[in-house]
Amino acid sequence: MTFSQQELAEPDLSKSEPDLSDETGGRRIVRRGSWKFWVGIAICALFAIIAALGPLLAPNPNQTNSDGLQAPSLQHLLGTTNIGQDVLTQVIAGTTGSVIIGVVAGALTVVLSMIFGVGGAFLGGKWDEASSLLSNVFLVIPGLPLLIIVTDYVQSRDILVIAVVISLVSWAGAARVLRAQTLSVRSRDYVDAARVASESTWRIMLREILPNLMPIIASQFVFGALGAILAEAGLSFLGLGAPGGRSWGSILFFAQNAQAISLGAWWWFVPPGLCIAVLGAALGLINFSIDEQINPRLRTLAVLRPKAKRGGK
Amino acid sequence: MTTLEALHLRKDYRVRGSGWRAARLQAVDDVSIIVRPGETVALVGESGSGKSTIAKMLVRLVDATSGTVTLDGETIGQGRRATKRYRSRVQMVFQDPFSSLNPALTIRHQLTRPLRIHGIVHSAAEEERELLRLMESVNLSPAKTILAKYPHELSGGQRQRVAIARALAPRPEVLIADEPVSMLDVSIRLEILQLLNDLKLERNLAVLYITHDLATARHFSSQIVVMRSGRVVERGPSDAVILNPVHPYTQFLVRAAPDPKSAPWIVDPNRHLGHPEVVVSTENLELTEENTSVHWVRSWDDDAAVNTMLASLASAQTS
Ligand SMILES: Nc1ncnc2c1ncn2[C@@H]1O[C@H](COP(=O)(O)OP(=O)(O)OP(=O)(O)O)[C@@H](O)[C@H]1O
Ligand SMILES: [Mg+2]
Repeated sequence: MTFSQQELAEPDLSKSEPDLSDETGGRRIVRRGSWKFWVGIAICALFAIIAALGPLLAPNPNQTNSDGLQAPSLQHLLGTTNIGQDVLTQVIAGTTGSVIIGVVAGALTVVLSMIFGVGGAFLGGKWDEASSLLSNVFLVIPGLPLLIIVTDYVQSRDILVIAVVISLVSWAGAARVLRAQTLSVRSRDYVDAARVASESTWRIMLREILPNLMPIIASQFVFGALGAILAEAGLSFLGLGAPGGRSWGSILFFAQNAQAISLGAWWWFVPPGLCIAVLGAALGLINFSIDEQINPRLRTLAVLRPKAKRGGK
Repeated sequence: MTTLEALHLRKDYRVRGSGWRAARLQAVDDVSIIVRPGETVALVGESGSGKSTIAKMLVRLVDATSGTVTLDGETIGQGRRATKRYRSRVQMVFQDPFSSLNPALTIRHQLTRPLRIHGIVHSAAEEERELLRLMESVNLSPAKTILAKYPHELSGGQRQRVAIARALAPRPEVLIADEPVSMLDVSIRLEILQLLNDLKLERNLAVLYITHDLATARHFSSQIVVMRSGRVVERGPSDAVILNPVHPYTQFLVRAAPDPKSAPWIVDPNRHLGHPEVVVSTENLELTEENTSVHWVRSWDDDAAVNTMLASLASAQTS
């Protein structure tokens, strides 16, 4: 703000103009979801529905019949395995298992990283140091070997147990991200303003800070779910999954065991592999679009494009 | 009404020094400020001179390393409840209305909270009435629609009005405004400052107006305190400080409000020599030199803050 010498002597109050700066549209665009988000959500919803209906559509996926290793036909839409199990039924049952693992592991990752990331950063001091130390330790432990050891060690290899184990070895990255974001939100002016209003610590945490962490928590959930689905597929493929395997990974494991590739039985391993790839991509898309909303540097393009479109109308 | 008296405020930050040792940064070094009801005191100084640190100490967001803050001569304790009582009397308006309002909460929520916390309202009807009164006092209309909005749906000027309303909600007696208009569009700055001025007269508030801008400091305040590197370098009645700056740094600031037509304002580092009333505690007059021990005070007989400070300095020396 610059003043002429004259104004310096006597600022002219009559000059102030009515407030015209209401028309800044930049922020509104950001609130709209992008196509990536909706495509990702649609695919995830589809898998969720299949997973929920799984027990109805495929009540006994391990049922065998006499004709093994058949190519896709009207009777068996995706063919059969070497012992005559219907691949489509197996894939549907596998969807249920994989989705449960993703949801449970994602939720647990979020809970753990909120306790150690958000809690530590918010309380500060000793708490922060202790929880940072813990998450750093978990961060440098090599994930897959630990996963193999732990799954080998635990007695009951239930699908839920495997989900818990996966999130136990992989929550630390999410905790780091949430800690950084909490530190950033905690130092914003509105948190100071709430303190000046004498809000209690709990209310500041729950009403002022947490809502502004929601996008990043959502993205950590998606990321955790994605990682867990992939990790479980890997474990099952190595034969460390839930026995009587009801997940995409275990279908791949049995296909590999029966040498499906050399027998040319593509209908056996392509569908579960494709499912993993498609659901993974969908979760990735959701994550990207959340990132775009949060990270202004990724956002610029998305903001510029709708503006250009508007100008063309 | 309340006089805010802050004496010998000092704040050291521990910052990363060279090697393993932590270094100390004296963000605020022995600053005294007195603000009386119905009066605006302007605190000016360059970026990083410690203005915000003072504001934060005055609302207890930051603990002072040393120094005392009293309201009408009364020291208020440090506990939770005492701090709440203190903050019901001393409130603050933040610099950036784009970050001082929570984007996830409605305006109504953000204005209602201080009313409830400080027990201003006891029933829903009372709350509604008080909210409307607050909105009216900062000239925000239509009140009902704006209350239902989120901060991102308001303009910068409207947001700052909301922030002022929030600060007024606990019915404070002292208002600290930390660069309240520096993030706003030029066209609405004076409106907001005029609003603060009207509120001051209406409610007999004591206002500490922190700013970079000497022109508005002169117009809206009766006293100006100039800070540099955490210290007060010059203080006095607004007109005197602006029209006849003694400290080279103040001369520099006044000259920096540019006017291409006028003759260049010459910075005269020796002008203080012609003013026997000026206390100069060091002979180093180099303006460009980064010497933090430079400390000049222009003292005026009627300035209680300076007199109190000088008296205590004298007693410290004799004892
Ligand atoms: N939390 C902190 N830790 C360490 N140093 C700090 C901290 N807060 C402020 N400082 C330092 O204290 C000094 C004064 O900062 P302050 O924010 O009070 O300046 P200011 O006068 O308000 O500047 P501006 O006009 O840019 O707002 C600066 O050098 C700053 O780097
Ligand atoms: Mg500041």
